[in-house]
Amino acid sequence: MKKVYKLSLVMMLVFTVILAGCGNNNNTANSGNNATEGSNAGTATNAPATETPAEAPKSDVKVGLVTDVGGVNDKSFNQSAWEALEALNTESGVEIKYLQSKSNADYVPNLNQFVKGGYDLTWGIGFDLGDALKEVALANPDAKLAIIDSVVDAPNVESVTFAENEGSFLVGVVAGLTTKTNKVGFIGGMDSPVIKRFEVGFKAGVEAVNPNAEVTIMYAGAYDKPDTGKSMAATLYNAGNDIIFPAAGATGNGVFNEAKSRNDAGGTKVWVIGVDKDQSLEFGDDVTLTSMIKRVDEAVKKVSQQVVDGTFEGGKTTVLSLKDNGVGLPETSKANVTEDILAKVEEYKQKIISGEITVPSE
Amino acid sequence: MHRLKKIFATDSYIVPIVAVIMGFIVGAIVMLIGGYDPIAAYSSLFQRVFGSSYDFGEAIREMTPLMFTGLAVAFAFRSGMFNIGADGQVLIGMTAASLVGIKLSGMPTYLLVPLAVIAAGLAGGLWAGFAGYLKAKRGINEVITTIMLNWIALYLSNYIVKNFLLLEGQNRSVDNPASMSMTFLASAFDNARIHWGTVLALAAATFFYLYLWKTKQGYEMRAVGFNPHAAEYAGMNVGRNVVKAMFISGVFAGLAGAGEVLGVFHYQSIFAASPGYGFDGIAVALLGLTHPFGVILAAILYGMLTYGSAGMSFGADVPPELIRIVIGSIIFFIAAQGIVRWVLKPFYFKRKKEKVS
Repeated sequence: MKKVYKLSLVMMLVFTVILAGCGNNNNTANSGNNATEGSNAGTATNAPATETPAEAPKSDVKVGLVTDVGGVNDKSFNQSAWEALEALNTESGVEIKYLQSKSNADYVPNLNQFVKGGYDLTWGIGFDLGDALKEVALANPDAKLAIIDSVVDAPNVESVTFAENEGSFLVGVVAGLTTKTNKVGFIGGMDSPVIKRFEVGFKAGVEAVNPNAEVTIMYAGAYDKPDTGKSMAATLYNAGNDIIFPAAGATGNGVFNEAKSRNDAGGTKVWVIGVDKDQSLEFGDDVTLTSMIKRVDEAVKKVSQQVVDGTFEGGKTTVLSLKDNGVGLPETSKANVTEDILAKVEEYKQKIISGEITVPSE
Repeated sequence: MHRLKKIFATDSYIVPIVAVIMGFIVGAIVMLIGGYDPIAAYSSLFQRVFGSSYDFGEAIREMTPLMFTGLAVAFAFRSGMFNIGADGQVLIGMTAASLVGIKLSGMPTYLLVPLAVIAAGLAGGLWAGFAGYLKAKRGINEVITTIMLNWIALYLSNYIVKNFLLLEGQNRSVDNPASMSMTFLASAFDNARIHWGTVLALAAATFFYLYLWKTKQGYEMRAVGFNPHAAEYAGMNVGRNVVKAMFISGVFAGLAGAGEVLGVFHYQSIFAASPGYGFDGIAVALLGLTHPFGVILAAILYGMLTYGSAGMSFGADVPPELIRIVIGSIIFFIAAQGIVRWVLKPFYFKRKKEKVS
């Protein structure tokens, strides 16, 4: 009898926890908005939570974003997209929220969470989300969705892709002219058409200015493995490469890490070329030669703004290239890249824009 | 009624329940330190699982592979082996289901689907059986072989998908015509990816129970698990039982792979890393006390936590990193049941004293 009594105590505890949880649902919705602001600012939750709603202009548009497994702190691709939404939030008070996917089985439910939650626009960030986004878009023809890096053929989806090969060509030019060992390396995330554009563009750029240079190409097989990136970078640097261009999301962070520790140890000077964002801001000028910027933020901002303004069309594919400033080098390149090389880069840039040079894409 | 009381009053059932509660409490403390509202977070966790028929269906989808891998680990455990390779067996099962489904796509569906499922089970079984064979014949520790076979399975699967099944310009195989989806339930669950694998998992659990506790072969296996030397002395063939147990364990894991490929995705991706169902399966098996029905319950809980965790980030803005700490601490208490027993100890002492007086 005692045992039954004890068990019922335990069960009661369980139920109180569950019931207490259910009771507070209404508060959740309200406190939700405030907490978003707080966690974005990266400071204590309470301070900005009281401040921001007063400042921000009101807008009842809600924009959701689903990342791939990299997450919004990957210091490159996903982060760039999320920062664009954060900027939009401060500018026009659009309500924003993100969901990070733990595996590719999460893509569909995460997208559905926003779509079924009545969000006005749902972003899928990354090539990998293509299939999932298409499925969700076709099942919910009234919802508005947008995707980066993949083309989804549905009337309610706006697809944005980039001419990464053109931007990579330019950083290839920088690498080809800067390398002292005539050996440069490339580390890709996964062998997909998008990363392939980085690879062939970079290779073409190096070869265009320095036919003697040797480009070593490696694939990490993942976007979220900085440890793999670090060990691959070590392999490449040991083999005499002095510049590495990682196009591998968070995996690339390991490359920066390796380069930094080598430079700190005082060996041969090695460089990393940043990707997606201006990574010199993140990792410092002493290792970041330049960056191949992909204006994911611009694209996210532009399309989201269309939803705010009510001009979202859908069913379109936008390709952002050098011409549209969708890809390119940051201003901060001046710190490490010489005047002559930058002039050369500008020269090639004009040639690509005018069509004199066609950069291969696969 | 008496029987029910016996089941629930056994202390072995109290320990996991208390472990879960303690995990939730520690998770709540972590969230409080981080400045988040734990009640809002937990309620949005449950909201995410039970909030709509779609989410409920998706939560079932999340539980299904965990049921299989949990059963796989538990079955090997009962026979005295630690199958860490369920992950690789899932992948091999997936690949076999993809190969059969895609390459024999001309066949009528009622033949193709069972064939693909059987192929997945067999492939997973053979993959694990190989580790069992090495253990039985050469005495190689199955922990090492199964872990290494995980990596071989991962890259072999990627190789096969990349070279034989690839959809041009994508990171995945072409669509698989064999489908295990329960399409007749699609409207009830708002197009959640419910599939026959769940039913199969429940059937597997029943088989597990009947086989181990109601047949002579199962008796032998358990005997080998308890004490291989005694079993051998009693005239049982230990080696054969080891291989057989690993084979059946691998079949369970392989079926999980079939469910994922034929029921959820309808194609196979090239994996950057293994999907991790096998490792979660270890936690599920231990939480379920390696009893088949316990494993099913544990998989339901574990699947709810995994699926619901996204709700914590959606509803209460808890960042994903913190969610992993919360889920991790729940699993920690489940795995470290010694701590729970230690907490419960005063209760036991009290009871004993009462009995004396």
